[in-house]
Amino acid sequence: MKNIHKSPWLLHYDGSSCNGCDIEVLACTTPVYDVERFGVVNTGNPMHADIFLITGGINSQNEDVVKQIYEQMPGPKVVVAVGTCACTGGIFKECYNIKGGVDTVIPVDIYVPGCAARPESIIDGVVKAVALFQEKHDKKKRKERAAKS
Amino acid sequence: MLNEFGIRVICMALYIVAAPLLGGLLDGLDRKISARMQGRKGPSILQPFYDVAKLTQKQLLSVNRFQLLMVMSYLFFVIMSGVLFFGGFDMLLCFFSLSTAEMFLILASTSTHSPFSTIGTHREMAQMMAYEPMILLTAVGFYLAAGTFQVSDIIEGTTPIILYAPGFFAGFVFVLSIKLRKSPFDLSTTHHAHQEVVKGVTTEMVGVEYALTTVTEWYENIFLFGVIGLFFVTANPLSFIGAIAAVLVVFFLEILIDNTSARVKWQMMLKMAWGVTIVTGGLNLFILELIKR
Ligand code: SF4
Repeated sequence: MKNIHKSPWLLHYDGSSCNGCDIEVLACTTPVYDVERFGVVNTGNPMHADIFLITGGINSQNEDVVKQIYEQMPGPKVVVAVGTCACTGGIFKECYNIKGGVDTVIPVDIYVPGCAARPESIIDGVVKAVALFQEKHDKKKRKERAAKS
Repeated sequence: MLNEFGIRVICMALYIVAAPLLGGLLDGLDRKISARMQGRKGPSILQPFYDVAKLTQKQLLSVNRFQLLMVMSYLFFVIMSGVLFFGGFDMLLCFFSLSTAEMFLILASTSTHSPFSTIGTHREMAQMMAYEPMILLTAVGFYLAAGTFQVSDIIEGTTPIILYAPGFFAGFVFVLSIKLRKSPFDLSTTHHAHQEVVKGVTTEMVGVEYALTTVTEWYENIFLFGVIGLFFVTANPLSFIGAIAAVLVVFFLEILIDNTSARVKWQMMLKMAWGVTIVTGGLNLFILELIKR
């Protein structure tokens, strides 16, 4: 299958973000930016998602949630950290309950910096994620073929 | 010259091959028109095919194997209803087969014990309660108007059924919004990205399971649109053009309703669906009975 990159379904999870980045993620689906033209669907179901978009940092309460959502997503999957908070912990980094960026609990593939991350850069990150999604799939297929022969 | 049996077989084969293609295209058209109604550009018209193709490539992270089997049975019985319909057999049989298919969908979603699919299942059963009476009445309407349940005989008529059964038609179009999982009745699951119960009955369907469910819905939609078309078909071959036009108008109407209405509660859906069934179907039935006397 060559074209799985044509149908990237997103799952958006709000960690401990200030909501700034969430609004920008939602802005991507509005008529101005309309990510659906790339086939993107903003699904709410981890079982159907290909790309995991996280805004905000990780705290001790959402740590398990993020891990669980990640595990519920069938492979191949890509994780995108949106906003400085999700990348490193950002402005909340020194707070007593914040563990840091998303990569402290699950592997992150794409980092989208910005406070708040602009819709343009989020779309840019998603496009990169889509390419990686295809790449991961191709790699898996190659491995399977190698194992067969 | 082809005999009747040959034509039936060709129609059935055509349905099996072409229905998913046509259903997928209609789905793509739906998404495009919806996007345009919302002032967006929207995805490519082939997007549903990309989606299904991708889903088949995903890891099958299903909770149990039983679910996949149930989804396959769902697909099988929906195809069977369509095959019986386009093969020109008994309409009642088609509708019974469709209800059986629905049971398998319910089994597939309950087998996972996920809270979201459980709520979805309950709503799916409420939906069945809402639309089944009208669907069965539609078959009765065809019988009263054409004097037979056989689709092959109904299309041999000289006057289109719609002239005898406008009430049944209106009622059927009404419950079609439930069957097509469109607002305001997309309670158990929706073809939109998500709703308050995540994805309802399809929440736990992963990868190929969800792909099969989607394809099943395409088959089902084509069958239901076929029933819409049957209201207009007569022995005159030109009537097929009218039937296709009618189907497209109904299709557009459903998209319009979908984009302009919010979801109702299931109690409201039951009341509305039964109300419409009694008023349109009942009245039409009554008048037809009077005429026949
Ligand atoms: S990066 Fe800035 S806008 Fe985004 S969640 Fe953090 S503080 Fe808010």
